[in-house]
Amino acid sequence: MSTETAAPAKPADGLFSKKNRKLITDPLNDNNPITVQVLGICSALAITVKLENALVMSASVMAVLIAGNMIISALRNLIPGRIRIIAQLVIAAGLVTLVDIILKAYVYDVSKQVGVYVGLIITNCILMGRFEAYAMGNKPIPSAMDAIGNSLGYAWILVAVAFFRELFGNGSLMGLRIIPESFYAMNGGGYFNNNMMILPPMALVIVGIIIWIQRARNTKLIEQA
Amino acid sequence: MKFLRNLVEGMKPTFSKGGKLEKLHWVFDGLETFLFTPGHATERGAHIRDGIDLKRTMSIVITAMIPCLLFGMWNVGHQHYNALGFLREVEVGFWHKMMFGAVKVLPIVVVSYGVGLGIEFLFTSIKGHPIQEGYLVSGMLIPLVMPVETPLWMVAVGSAFAVIIGKEVFGGTGMNILNVALTARAFLFFAYPTMMSGDKVWVSTANDMNFPLVDGFSGATSLGHAAAGNISKVTPMMDSFWGLEAGSIGETSAFACLIGAAVLIITGIGSWRIMLATLLGGAAMATLFNWVGPQLDEAYTTRMYMQIPVLHQLVLGGFMFGLVFMATDPVTATQTNTGKWIYGFLIGLLAILIRVVNPAYPEGMMLAILFMNVMAPLIDHYVVQANIKRRMKRVALQTA
Repeated sequence: MSTETAAPAKPADGLFSKKNRKLITDPLNDNNPITVQVLGICSALAITVKLENALVMSASVMAVLIAGNMIISALRNLIPGRIRIIAQLVIAAGLVTLVDIILKAYVYDVSKQVGVYVGLIITNCILMGRFEAYAMGNKPIPSAMDAIGNSLGYAWILVAVAFFRELFGNGSLMGLRIIPESFYAMNGGGYFNNNMMILPPMALVIVGIIIWIQRARNTKLIEQA
Repeated sequence: MKFLRNLVEGMKPTFSKGGKLEKLHWVFDGLETFLFTPGHATERGAHIRDGIDLKRTMSIVITAMIPCLLFGMWNVGHQHYNALGFLREVEVGFWHKMMFGAVKVLPIVVVSYGVGLGIEFLFTSIKGHPIQEGYLVSGMLIPLVMPVETPLWMVAVGSAFAVIIGKEVFGGTGMNILNVALTARAFLFFAYPTMMSGDKVWVSTANDMNFPLVDGFSGATSLGHAAAGNISKVTPMMDSFWGLEAGSIGETSAFACLIGAAVLIITGIGSWRIMLATLLGGAAMATLFNWVGPQLDEAYTTRMYMQIPVLHQLVLGGFMFGLVFMATDPVTATQTNTGKWIYGFLIGLLAILIRVVNPAYPEGMMLAILFMNVMAPLIDHYVVQANIKRRMKRVALQTA
């Protein structure tokens, strides 16, 4: 009996099949982890004062998410359902510690600035969200694709927010001065840095503006009244 | 008047459907209804339309603000010449001070209106709805709560932020949660603290630099002095009442604010409940401080500040201005009558509390009003719920 009802074996998807590509492109816009799923907001507010920190944070999240998604996906049939959250946390914690140690070894200055936030990647909702929603039910390769897509979606929002915050809050980008010193009031110009940009509420306002523009342009996201 | 009417009527077809400038219809509509009460009649049902629409309401509020604006202009000139010592050597006349103030203040008004209305017109064209006149009042309030030395581009940035983030994202006039003018001020206060507080920005000393400042001149406001612990430098009570002190352009004179309050209350546009409640709240907190202050030991740096007499405390800084023009904003205040008492009382209470206890924020009025704006719907909710509960009890009693 069972042999009759078994579904015919599907041909394996290629690495860059339409389905896999969609896994990467979807989270960039239609299903962005920050602006649509509204996950990982805390880190978007906390570490976007400087562009460099945002890039390091994005890279760290990407490394942890890809490795974590693949490991959990590979172990998905071995993890007992009732303790799966703990198991996911242990894996995430191990990977985060690894990233933290690597940052300390190679980019110590940056590591000192983003220090506590790297540890907090464990609590980044995107991680648990993808582990639960995707890796637990899919094979390792699509899981990796999903991780790449989501971490890229996370990264571009972070970079966009950090770009405006560092440019207007500090007058620089990646630590390089963009707005010349001579523009500033203390040097005879009339320009002031916008201190509000340094404060976390402004990050929320910028994320809000990005969501506003995104929803205005992307008709799929407009909620039906 | 007839000439104006004919001019408007003559231009109408150009802007109506099918006309050449159809796209600008709502801009034209906005200007037309600003000049003349629209002749719309209700089509269905028996409704009485009051002649006073939103534009007329706003115009009355602006009228109420004129004393503050005029006094503010004069005071800008007065403070300027006072700082330069002209008062001692040559008596500078009334018109001289007025002119100096006008030259300083009017550009800020123009920029505030230009930027704010420009953004409103833009949204009107994009969304295709009639122009919302809410900015008429905000555009006048913004200059009045700025220090005179605020650069014009900052006024522009603040106004733009207030209109877009404070109002348009929530759906435009009547939908905003926070008072628009205070949003602009709060944004600038946190974004450019050096230009919105301290002792450099309140008195215009920028030009005429070949005249030295008077010995011992300090540009700090009374509240700035008080927060720094120099109670002896706080302006005397009557000077504060008339407004002869440094401060934001339009808020120094409690007297001018009271004229505005009279206009608003007589025409029934501002809520007297909120004004009275705010006054009572401020007086209550100041009385409490008067009582607590003398009992504290030297370690408390604010103990002298606490002992400023109640009435003096109320006429200092922007308390009266906020009370009359900002707390009463019908959009962001509570709607129920009981709610208005609670809302106003807490504004007064918080304003004095923040001002005295937290030296980082010399003027608590802005933060108190913004905070209570956020709380207003909650207050209304509980007032309505309490009313329902009370009436339900009555029903249950009768049926039992």
